Amino acid sequence: MLSYVVERLFQSVLVLLVITGVGFVLFRYVGDPVLNMVGQDTTEKEIEQIRQELGLNDPIVVQYARYLGRAVRGQFGKSFRHGRPVLDLFAERLPATIELSGVSTLLSLFLAIPMGVFTGIRPHHPLSQFFLSFSLIGVSLPTFLIGILLILVFSVLLPWLPSFGRGTVTALGGWTTGLLTLDGWRHIVLPAITLGLFQLTLIMRLVRSEMMEVLRTDYIKFARARGIRPASVYFGHALRNTMIPVVTITGLQLGGILAFAIITETVFQWPGMGLLFLQALSVADLPVMSGYLLVVGVIFVTINFTVDLLYLAIDPRLREGIRGH
Amino acid sequence: MNVKWLRPLQVWAVAAMVTGGAVSADAVTLRWANTGDAVSMDPYYFNETFTLGFTGNIYDGLVARGKDLKIGPALAVSWTILDPNTWEFKLRKGVKFHEGQEFTSADVVFSYHRAISAGSDIKANFVSIASIEAKDPYTVIIKTKQPDPILLADLSFWWMLSREWGEKNGATEVADIHHAGVNYATTHANGTGAYMLVSREADVKTVLKKNPDWWGWKSGFGNSNVDQIVFTPIKESGTRVAALLSGSVDMLYEVPIQDLGRIKAAGGKVFQTAETRTVFLGMDQFRDELIDSSVKGKNPLKDRRVRLALYKAIDEDLIVKQIMKGAAVPATSFVTKEMAGYDPNFKRFAYAPDESKKLLAEAGYPDGFEVGFDCPNDRYVNDAEICQAVAAMWAKIGVKAKLNAQTKSLHFGKIGRLETSIFMLGWAPGTIDGQNALDNLLVTRNDATGYGRFNYGRYSNPKMDALVAEARGELGVGKRTKLLQEALDMAHTDVAAIPLHYQQVIWTAANTVDLAQRADNMFCWYWVNMK
Repeated sequence: MLSYVVERLFQSVLVLLVITGVGFVLFRYVGDPVLNMVGQDTTEKEIEQIRQELGLNDPIVVQYARYLGRAVRGQFGKSFRHGRPVLDLFAERLPATIELSGVSTLLSLFLAIPMGVFTGIRPHHPLSQFFLSFSLIGVSLPTFLIGILLILVFSVLLPWLPSFGRGTVTALGGWTTGLLTLDGWRHIVLPAITLGLFQLTLIMRLVRSEMMEVLRTDYIKFARARGIRPASVYFGHALRNTMIPVVTITGLQLGGILAFAIITETVFQWPGMGLLFLQALSVADLPVMSGYLLVVGVIFVTINFTVDLLYLAIDPRLREGIRGH
Repeated sequence: MNVKWLRPLQVWAVAAMVTGGAVSADAVTLRWANTGDAVSMDPYYFNETFTLGFTGNIYDGLVARGKDLKIGPALAVSWTILDPNTWEFKLRKGVKFHEGQEFTSADVVFSYHRAISAGSDIKANFVSIASIEAKDPYTVIIKTKQPDPILLADLSFWWMLSREWGEKNGATEVADIHHAGVNYATTHANGTGAYMLVSREADVKTVLKKNPDWWGWKSGFGNSNVDQIVFTPIKESGTRVAALLSGSVDMLYEVPIQDLGRIKAAGGKVFQTAETRTVFLGMDQFRDELIDSSVKGKNPLKDRRVRLALYKAIDEDLIVKQIMKGAAVPATSFVTKEMAGYDPNFKRFAYAPDESKKLLAEAGYPDGFEVGFDCPNDRYVNDAEICQAVAAMWAKIGVKAKLNAQTKSLHFGKIGRLETSIFMLGWAPGTIDGQNALDNLLVTRNDATGYGRFNYGRYSNPKMDALVAEARGELGVGKRTKLLQEALDMAHTDVAAIPLHYQQVIWTAANTVDLAQRADNMFCWYWVNMK
């Protein structure tokens, strides 16, 4: 059991090393950060001096080793552009991303589960057909296009909702939130839909197929035969049994949503981690880029590690097997 | 209302009013957006148009540029040249910084030492200056190392900081970019200018309010009814345009030129004027063999006939019409009409691909040749598209250009290492003066003096160098202009590089906004009036 955990932990660290290593090498090809830090009148000599002082002239392996050495001590360096510690920037931007991801996940769950149940119970109802074809849009259109379309319809043609930013933000200690004001809620609607549409589709289809499966089982037939009210059968018995895969998928998707909010955040100028990363990319702000990759890596590795542990807890055969070692 | 569950809502509503409503309800607010944000509130940190222009609304210089970019008085009311190397500036009296400190010559001296401190990125403006000293509280003496005809231009983007404020807040030097630092002046500002910083969230939102005591309102230099400025950077161009169309911002730039029609159709205003930036193509005239050409053992670009052939094969009118959608002006030189050295008699070599073919044949390349061609794809308006068009035009005369269009950080890195044969570059002289273009782009490259630093093609004409050197110390305006014109004409005759066009500054705004657009792409809020 312990050896299993240690093994997984070791693998996680290895994955993180590979991610940051590959990222570190790739980032050398986004250009020279120093050219983005000084104006056109800065002398060649001075530029060379800055490059030297930032350690950009050292071999890539040396730079990577130095980066790792600092990272394990919790130092991620300072942003070339903002001049501030990368961790401070992340701390400022993280609430926006978490809030957006959270709202979009909740939104998609609240919509997807009833839609999935309905399409599962009444597969031939016109509304089911509509839900299913509508959900095709969710999986087939790129996020970028969905965002632009929503802006076009709900901000430009029908001026109901704002098209960019977080709106009024309230500071609560180290956290900032837009969820305490109407203005903040108005700002989060479009980006949350954009980010959540794919997930909505996924969960809806998952619930639908699980529902159809469960409804064919004997105990549902018996429940019906006993004359239990349909609503009670569907929601009390059937739905409960579909929830296990839904919870698993939602959990796994959360990491993806957090990490890949980049596009949604850019389209809506949402001041989160993704936008920070993209802004850093355009000026070759290496410390921010490397830091972002590491954070995303840690999120994914943590989720996967947790899932591995959960399997261990859930599946007795796995535990048996390990004991047998 | 004593409904219990509503109580939290009331708290939120109050919070919203407190955070949102710093200015009274009938205050005129200008909400505007740009692709990016000012890098720092410290005006010496990054020598870049947007950052300097933004902070120029908060700070003032000794001199200021008007709507036509002509230099006039600002914090200095008058100046006299005592001898060719000594200038005396009389300062404006009764000017106060936003936090109440009085502006005196001590602040000028402080700002000078700050501007040449290690972390400063505007040091280049002060290379000709030997010293800046206070004679009395309202007189400043500037001594130059040699007579400097463009001293005023050098000073025209140099904003004054308060000594007292700098010392009190530990901002006497610029946060050192070498160590990527920040200090108080990075996020705070205390100028004498038209607008005062209220709140600042880098890359998210910056709010400013009017300085009612600004000297410019009284002197008539500025006139604006805007009480509050809310600035938001919006990176994605589609979102930016949507924000204007939906009325969430009142003014914005940069605008994709393909969206101009839609904005006009929706009742928006479009402001266009030729920018001070010249986009041109440079050519390696130094190597004995080009690094990426099919011609071996010699460098075809060293031959003027070949350079002229390339020039004459480019249909610039077509580029302006089709690719730039009319938002550019064909360039006749490397300077624009606002700058000393510009001559309205400058003409382009006419588009004539047949002559190009003849010239190539004469030079010994009847079938043309292959050559590398470097371009950025995210720096100038439609840069990659322009290069594709040029490559296609050259293909018609047999020159196969292998186009390498890439992101600006990579492009400028590559051409900066001189690893290029033909490259695109755009140049807007920081001093708005022809001297700057000649010194940087056209005179012989010299690593010791720094002259010709952006002369990546290493064009060299000692006769032209001599003219430019003479102009550097010439205080007589007429004589100096003649020298610069002569030098630019020589570069044109030599086909030192191929100027393409003067890019246009394009801004858009709601039809309620009236503003003055400057050719250097700096947005001055003190000329904005809103209905």
